[in-house]
Amino acid sequence: MTVAIVRFGGSNCDRDAERALEHLEIDAEIVWHEDGLPDGTTGIMLPGGFSYGDYLRAGAMAAQSPIMDEVREAAGEGVPILGVCNGAQVGCESGLTEGAFTTNESARFQCEPVYLRVERADTPWTERYEEGDVIEVPIAHGEGRYEITDERLEELEDDGRILFRYCTEDGELTDEANPNGSKHNVAGVLGDRETVAVLMPHPERVTLPDIGNTDGQGVLEGFERADA
Amino acid sequence: MYHGVNPKAFLSTVTGFHLMTAYTATVTIRLKHGVLDPEAETTRRALERLGFDLEDLRSADRFEIDLEAEDAGEATERVDEMAQRLLANPTIHDYDVEVDER
Repeated sequence: MTVAIVRFGGSNCDRDAERALEHLEIDAEIVWHEDGLPDGTTGIMLPGGFSYGDYLRAGAMAAQSPIMDEVREAAGEGVPILGVCNGAQVGCESGLTEGAFTTNESARFQCEPVYLRVERADTPWTERYEEGDVIEVPIAHGEGRYEITDERLEELEDDGRILFRYCTEDGELTDEANPNGSKHNVAGVLGDRETVAVLMPHPERVTLPDIGNTDGQGVLEGFERADA
Repeated sequence: MYHGVNPKAFLSTVTGFHLMTAYTATVTIRLKHGVLDPEAETTRRALERLGFDLEDLRSADRFEIDLEAEDAGEATERVDEMAQRLLANPTIHDYDVEVDER
């Protein structure tokens, strides 16, 4: 299998993602968005960064790239797709996932480790964990506050489409543990299918053992599981 | 001169050639009611720090788009689609479009 890591102008976590996937022995290739998806793409990663300088809204410009039509089509065919940080913003802007990631409540860029509670452990991205597990993953964003209407959020919650929430070290959902003011502490959501997921925190930054924390490995391993 | 006939519409009918009018469309994009606006909140606090007295402050984005269209209705329709598909994010924004002859 080959995971296509889609590089837009201004992506900057594409090489981190490639190294992390390589470490997990998942075949991955950085793909320039104008070149389209290569034949035989069996997974797609939308990496972090600042595509198009976050012009208009974070992710809004990249979402208009023609490659996103191919990505949406692949999503419909069950190809595993993971959007991280700017990739999560692109995912929401392009309709792969619902809601919007917008300006942090602090109105500041925030770069810090946070705790995430695994809300579902029966998706390819979270099979390595148990439901309710707490993992430590860093965030680095200025526009990460999850926003959606209350009614729609309730429906997503009822459908089990919330994948991760910001929490305390003990797994409690408090306002203090919510770094950006996201509604109901939402940090990551699933698309129409469980094979499509986006999250603001960076699992690829906590995958290489040299860094010390490998809590993010399980998320990236989702590419293998979804492909199986 | 034929009274009661719009010369532009008449010409367009007999020649098949559509005369275009130049418009400027103004799109104003606001956060939906109830959606937090941290930048506006920060700006409000900064104004208060400068000694200004105010109750609230809301921010909005405004785009001015020059285009040519057959009439104001067509111009509005085209700009409305631009707002829907890119300029606004319907999850968090409301918008309005105003069209004026240029």
